[in-house]
Parts: sequence; C-alpha cells; structure tokens
Amino acid sequence: MLWTTLVMAFREIRRNALRSFLTTLGIVIGVGAVIAMVTLGQGATIKVTGDVAKMGNNLLTVSPGSERRGAVSVAATMFTLDDANAIRRDVSSVRFVAPTASRATSMVYANRNYTATVTGSINAYLDVRGYALDRGRIFSETEQRVGMPVCVLGETVRKELFGAEEALDATIRVGKLACRVVGVFASKGQSTFGFDQDDFVLMPLATFQRRIAGTTDVGAIFVSARDEGSTVKAKRQIEALMRERRRIALGAAPDFAVRDMKEISDTLATITRALTALLGAVAAVSLLVGGIGIMNIMLVSVTERTREIGIRMAIGARAHEVLLQFVVEAIVLSVLGGLLGMGLGLAGSFAVARLVGLPFVLMPEVVLLAFAFSAAVGIAFGIFPARKASRLNPIEALRHE
Amino acid sequence: MSAGATAGERRVEPGRAPLVALSGVEKVYGKGESQVYALAGADLRIDNGEFVAIMGPSGSGKSTCMNIVGCLDQPTSGSYRFRGVEVGTLSRDELALLRRHYLGFVFQGFNLLARTSAVENVELPLVYRRVAAGERRRLALAALAAVGLEGREKHTPAELSGGQQQRVAIARAIVTNPSILLADEPTGNLDSARSVALMELLVALNRTRGITIVMVTHEPDMAAYSTRTVVFRDGKVASDGPTSRRAGAGHAP
Ligand SMILES: Nc1ncnc2c1ncn2[C@@H]1O[C@H](COP(=O)(O)OP(=O)(O)O)[C@@H](O)[C@H]1O
Ligand SMILES: [Mg+2]
Repeated sequence: MLWTTLVMAFREIRRNALRSFLTTLGIVIGVGAVIAMVTLGQGATIKVTGDVAKMGNNLLTVSPGSERRGAVSVAATMFTLDDANAIRRDVSSVRFVAPTASRATSMVYANRNYTATVTGSINAYLDVRGYALDRGRIFSETEQRVGMPVCVLGETVRKELFGAEEALDATIRVGKLACRVVGVFASKGQSTFGFDQDDFVLMPLATFQRRIAGTTDVGAIFVSARDEGSTVKAKRQIEALMRERRRIALGAAPDFAVRDMKEISDTLATITRALTALLGAVAAVSLLVGGIGIMNIMLVSVTERTREIGIRMAIGARAHEVLLQFVVEAIVLSVLGGLLGMGLGLAGSFAVARLVGLPFVLMPEVVLLAFAFSAAVGIAFGIFPARKASRLNPIEALRHE
Repeated sequence: MSAGATAGERRVEPGRAPLVALSGVEKVYGKGESQVYALAGADLRIDNGEFVAIMGPSGSGKSTCMNIVGCLDQPTSGSYRFRGVEVGTLSRDELALLRRHYLGFVFQGFNLLARTSAVENVELPLVYRRVAAGERRRLALAALAAVGLEGREKHTPAELSGGQQQRVAIARAIVTNPSILLADEPTGNLDSARSVALMELLVALNRTRGITIVMVTHEPDMAAYSTRTVVFRDGKVASDGPTSRRAGAGHAP
C-alpha cells in the first residue's frame, strides 16, 4: 500500500506540475541560500584565521596608545630605541625585537614618482615579520650603526619605480634622501586585511630617524616570543617593563598596548563569524519567504484539493488513507526540493569559494537544519488543508467552493 | 488493514434482508429557526435487481435521500438498513468501507479527478480495494470498454465531452462490481441524444450484470427506462409504483 501511495504521490506531483514546481522552488531557494551563505561565511572565517596564523602566532606588537584625559585625547609618548633594547635585555621569553618607525614618503627614480611607506628598522625586522630577500642583501652592521642611505624595496615599490629595469645598486630618492637599493624582498602579497604587504621600503632605523623623520622616536616595537606558548608570558613581562619605564602608577591605565596576533585573529574571527551570522540571517529570511510561498500555493489549492478528497472519500477511501497520501506527497515534494536546494547551495558555494580563493567548508548541521526546516514547512502546509478536508463528510467536501 | 476495519466489514456481511430499507428517515439541516427538514420521515425499500427512478420537485429531498442511501451521509433520525445493517450507527470509516465494497455513485457534476486520465480515474476505487496494479489496469480498461469508451482511456476529463465524462464516472462506479449504483441526475448536464445513450447503458448494466440502479431525474423521458418510479414531495415519498409505460417516449425497454 505504501508503494502504491508513493507511486500515486509521484503521479500527483507530475499531474500538478506547476504547483509542484512552485512549491519546490520556495524550498530550493531557501535551502540553497542558507547553505551557500553559511558555507561561504565559514570559509571566510577559516581563511582569515589561517592567514593571521601565517603571520606568526608568536608575534607581539608593542605600540603607544592614546591616553584619554577627560574628553580630550592626547597622543601618547613614543618609544625610543632604548625601550626596544630594554625588552631584548630584560625579557627572557622573547627571541627577536624589531623597533620600527615609518612614514608615507614620496620617492623618485628617473622620471617615475611613487609614494609608499618607508619603514626604518633593524635586520631583526625580517625575522619578526617573516620577510625574505628575493635578491641582493640586507643591511650590514656598519650601515645600521652609522645610518647609511641604503634600502631594500618591497616588490610593489620595485615594480612601480623600475618596471622591467634592474633595481639592484640603483639610487632612488626617498624624500630628500638619495638612497642606494641593496636588495629586493620576495613578494608576500595581500594580507587578510586587504592591504599590500609589498608596498613599502625598508631602511636602517638610524637612517630613517636621522634623515627622514628627524626624531629618535620609535613608533612600534615588533617582538617575537620564543614560541607560541610563551606569548602570554612575554606579553605580561613586556607590559610590566614598559609600565616601569614609562612610570605608570599601579592601577592606572597604560598609555601603550601589547597585542598578540592571537588576539587579533580572535577579533577577526569574531567579526567574520558575526558576518556569517548576518548572511545566514538574511538567507534564513529567504528560507522563511520560501516557506510562505509554499504555504500560499498549498492554501490556494485547498479548494481543488478538498474536492479531490471528497471524490476519494466518496469512492471508499477512509480519512486516514487520504491523509496518508497527502502526507507522502508533501514529503516527497519537500524532500525533492530540499535535496535540490542542498545540491545547488553546495555546488554554488563550492564554485564561488574556488573563484575567490576561499576554503570550502561543509557544515553538515547547517545543511541538515535548513533541510529540516524547509521540509517541515512543506509538509505542514501540505497536510494542513488535507487534514481539514478529511474531517468533512464526503458530501461537504464535494460541495466545497 | 486494521482490526477495526475488519470488524467493520464483518458487520456488513450480506444477509437475506432487502438491499435498502429506509423507515421514518429524517434529515435535518441547520439549527433553531433556520431548521430545514430535507427528509421528513421517508420510507423506501429497494430490492436486488431493481431499476428505480426517483422524481419530484426541486428541494423535495431526492439528493438527500440518495446521499443517505449511498452512505455518504447519515440520517438525523429513523432507520436506514443496508443489507440488514443499521447504517446510522456506523463510524465514518465503516461507512467508507461500505461505499468501497458495495456502492457505486454517479454525480450530476461527474466529479472526476482533473488532469487525470480516464483509466486512472476508473482505477481509483480499486486502489483503495488494494487490487494489484496489473489487475487494476485490466479491470479499468474492461469497465471503460463496457461504457463504450475504448480508445479514450488516456484522455483527461478536459479532453472528453460531458457524455464521455459521465461514462467515465459510470465506469468508475461499476468497476468494483457494486451491488447498487446510485446516480443523482446523471443526465442533468447532457443533451437529449447523449442522455438516451446513457440510459441505454444503464438499462444494459441493470439487465446483463444485475446491478441494482437508483437514479434521480426530472425528466419523465429518462424515468421511462426504469421499472419503478418513486416520487418525493416535501421530504416524503408521495407515490411509489411501476413506471407508467404511457409516460415513456416510445423507448420503453
Ligand atoms: N447541506 C445542506 N445544508 C442546508 N440545507 C440543505 C443542505 N442540503 C440540502 N438542503 C436543503 O434540503 C432540502 C432538500 O434538498 P435536496 O435533497 O438537495 O433536494 P433535491 O435534490 O430534491 O432538489 C432543500 O430545501 C435544501 O435547501
Ligand atoms: Mg438534487
């Protein structure tokens, strides 16, 4: 009997092709949208977290924060080279320390003009930030100590200034300083934040301070902890040391911040997760709209269905037999629609993920949830009119207008 | 099938009793002041093999009576015994089983499933009788052949004329070999030529298959094909007797 009912359900679905199609469409769109949105959002979260981890989970950034005094926000005092040396000397759990100062500066080579960030630092910068040389060399001991006018170009700057020409050993003008190119960095590409990590020029800190900035300020100190496990300890030690050096009273808010990448990656993950939730919510609304569509179509067909139920009961069907058929029909439709929506949602998000370079993350619980919701809506609104009609006596059902 | 259903079927085991016995049947619609007595104490007995025409003015309770005889509805009071079984006390499911196994109903408005082929419409009662698919198809085709619709099996109601649709409805009613065929104004929507053809079909079913036929009609020409005419007036049987040959249009069987 169940087999016959199933066969009848399929026949009924084919017979009412338009109604079936519209019902299914609501489910397909709803399920597809939810799955696509959540899958892509999840992919983005994983990509962001992964990218930040690649930047080094044991990286700490020490930077002066702005101090709030009443309503006026006052820029906090910068660091000096001594602060960086103190960290290297006194904090046991750090491996590399790179004091940096930077500024956007225009640079010229031949008739080409370009503005990029110029960063002054020491060679440890490469270790801390994970840069490698493509060609040439890094700064010598003397160049760093004396503050000689030498620089290493990021790939973007090299391309902008030199194009196909050889950059090594050429002299460019950085601000007012004529500066010899001794090396070129290997490209790191875009960061997660979407900014170009190759769009800068590195020079010795002493050179930058004396010839570009004209101050001995250090803007930020990059520190890499011994290993990932010691970041928390290093962070605590640096905080204590800096409070002491900057004479911050016990209990007062510090005018600097020590951030680790884990914190940043957590923040980013939170943001992308919130985005995913938002997209998911939008998609859930479309699922709801799909559900309402199904409801509409089912309710519109009540008259016809009620008459059909009347006919079936008049020729000897019992109420539960008629109901069973409608239940099976609604289940078949909803499940077909759900499967189709699942297929489309997964295929679509797979394609988009490939296209924009996001990882494709299958989330079975979301797939199941979307599927279950749409199936429930489809089945509920398929059965509801049938249930009402099957309670009428056959004559009433036949007379239904 | 459930235990309850089996019990229901056992209760309607045929006996020696008359096929249909109505006595003092009342059917009341509405409540209070708007109460309408569609049937006000109707008495009627129909035996196996009869061909009964039911006539009477509009609103006299003919359809109400047919629905009760057809177990589509139950009397408000009075007794209706079908093959000796008191129908008034049966449950909805038991009524459904009675319809399934003993009754065939033909409506004025055909009541075929839309967008469904003739043969599938005719198969429908057999589905509920759990007849296997192959046998179902064979019986449905035979029933369609019996009503003269060979070659139209795949047509949907929209592709058939009114007369052809009514034939499909008759095929659907007789495919289960019912003991009684009830037809409420079966020619109401048909022109006279098709009506005559339909009446000849009913007479043939009555004669060759022994199917008892009860038919409501306004038209004396149609009633003339019957063997007995019952006239309703104000919810009661006003007259009951052999069909008068004189009223016939010369087509008397
Ligand atoms: N479902 C119903 N609700 C209320 N009144 C009804 C209903 N069905 C029939 N009636 C009334 O019962 C009376 C008999 O109706 P019916 O049996 O259809 O008459 P006939 O078929 O002889 O024309 C009429 O007055 C009709 O208005
Ligand atoms: Mg009537």
